[in-house]
Amino acid sequence: MATTETMTLNMGPQHPSTHGVLRLVLELDGEVIVKVTPHIGFLHRGVEKLSEHRTYHQILPLTDRLDYLAPMSNNLGYILAVEKLMAVEVPERAETIRIIMAELTRLESHLVWIACHALDIGAMTVFIYAFRERETVMEIYELISGARMTSNFFRVGGLSQDVPDEFVKKVSDFIDVMPGYLDQYEGLLTTNPIWLKRTVGNGVISAEDAIDIGLTGPALRGSGVDWDLRRDVTYAGYDKYQFKVPVGEKCDTFDRYKVRLVEMREACKIVRQGLDRLKPGPVLADSPQVCYPPKESVYNSIEGLIHHFKIASEGFPAPEGEVYQGIEAPKGELGYYIVSEGGNKPERLRIRPPSFVNLQAISQMSVGSMIADLVAVIGTLDIVLGEIDR
Amino acid sequence: MAENNRAVRKLKEKFAASILDVAEFRGEVTVTVAKGSILEILSFLKQSLQYNQLTDLTAVDYLGKKAERFMVVYQLLSIPNKDRLRIKTAVSESVCSIPTATQVWATANWLEREVFDLFGITFDGHPDLRRILMTDDWVGHPLRKDYPLQGPDREPYKGRLS
Repeated sequence: MATTETMTLNMGPQHPSTHGVLRLVLELDGEVIVKVTPHIGFLHRGVEKLSEHRTYHQILPLTDRLDYLAPMSNNLGYILAVEKLMAVEVPERAETIRIIMAELTRLESHLVWIACHALDIGAMTVFIYAFRERETVMEIYELISGARMTSNFFRVGGLSQDVPDEFVKKVSDFIDVMPGYLDQYEGLLTTNPIWLKRTVGNGVISAEDAIDIGLTGPALRGSGVDWDLRRDVTYAGYDKYQFKVPVGEKCDTFDRYKVRLVEMREACKIVRQGLDRLKPGPVLADSPQVCYPPKESVYNSIEGLIHHFKIASEGFPAPEGEVYQGIEAPKGELGYYIVSEGGNKPERLRIRPPSFVNLQAISQMSVGSMIADLVAVIGTLDIVLGEIDR
Repeated sequence: MAENNRAVRKLKEKFAASILDVAEFRGEVTVTVAKGSILEILSFLKQSLQYNQLTDLTAVDYLGKKAERFMVVYQLLSIPNKDRLRIKTAVSESVCSIPTATQVWATANWLEREVFDLFGITFDGHPDLRRILMTDDWVGHPLRKDYPLQGPDREPYKGRLS
């Protein structure tokens, strides 16, 4: 009787559909996957180690570079953790702008997801369309922070500066047209027979397995678990906003696609509510021990300059204790765990990246399917190697 | 206060001897337990108290600050009860190992590999304990406090003006 042997095939780390430097070692029986072994760490920059040697304010620019497709979400999680540690209250205007930017970031991250996911499966038009819309979000980033990706805009206690006057109109115009664009993507994909063939029934993971393996965010909701940190363990003032949490049924790639599309529509609604709530006021908390002074005071008074210099060079002493802050980042639960032993630097800063934990499910979701389906699974997990490797 | 937390009460009833400390800071409850009964406590929390997701597993190095050098930290989440709990257990440098939690939550697999890689703590019974972020032939454990920031065999950075 003839026997067959499995074949080992290397995929990545330089491979267009692995979304960065991800290397997968596949064991194949013909074209059917028997085993997937991910190899990660190619982008390891030691962010957690570096953070132990920096003051709390100095760590913030490192966090942009984790999930570089959603920099403001990373900033938000980190500053919320520090604010919890220092018990700082944030002014209402800063809180509202943070939520507007966090939701625009969700849109931006999901736009890159739909673009790359569709491109991987062969729908190039969606890629071009989605990157066109992402450009507008990048322009809003540039308008308020001066940078398109590494924004470093939020500060402990508020924002680095107030937003310019054009901000409201620019954001408002964008979320007016965005639902129409989402209709365009749906028109290209939702009933497209090729798209359905590639996504329906692909990468199925049951709700129990999804919770057990630690999936969070849209990947968890796609498996039918009604769980959203913004609603269930609310933070940053999300309890004042109304939004729906979409949930999938069939636990497959197509349901996760539907969940993310509804999330984008809901993000537009949250941004609209935020714009309606936006009132003039201060954007930095009045707690001089912790926060930077406002820029006008730094430029126009010697006391302000000294204050700025002191915070920038020495930071602030934190109380002893440990806090964990998890936020609903576009890709799942992004957590920051700070251990403080007193002093101006954390004893330990642990970043709980959603992509790292979600990527672990790749083997469970793809064993028994074809290599081409694995590409769809990588796309649907929506990973970013910057935060996996840190 | 922390003592009134449902999970803490149940834990104290069942594992009185193993609960070393209960602390609350900024509304977050942390329970420090003895290493010997960590697996029973984690299984009990999952089976009986519905902490069905292991959000995070990490370690902290208290070199020179505490008698037992490492602290392994489990962040638990209960989706049905919308509740978080942090469990900690000390691991000494001389017996640098702890039972694996992979049987309780599948998530623990990679998280424990990361702690093994960066702190050098061994997880007994782990199905696949290899380095995950550093290369297989790497020497040392970068997140240990005695591992130099600039890396091995390099002069420490003394600042731009020195």
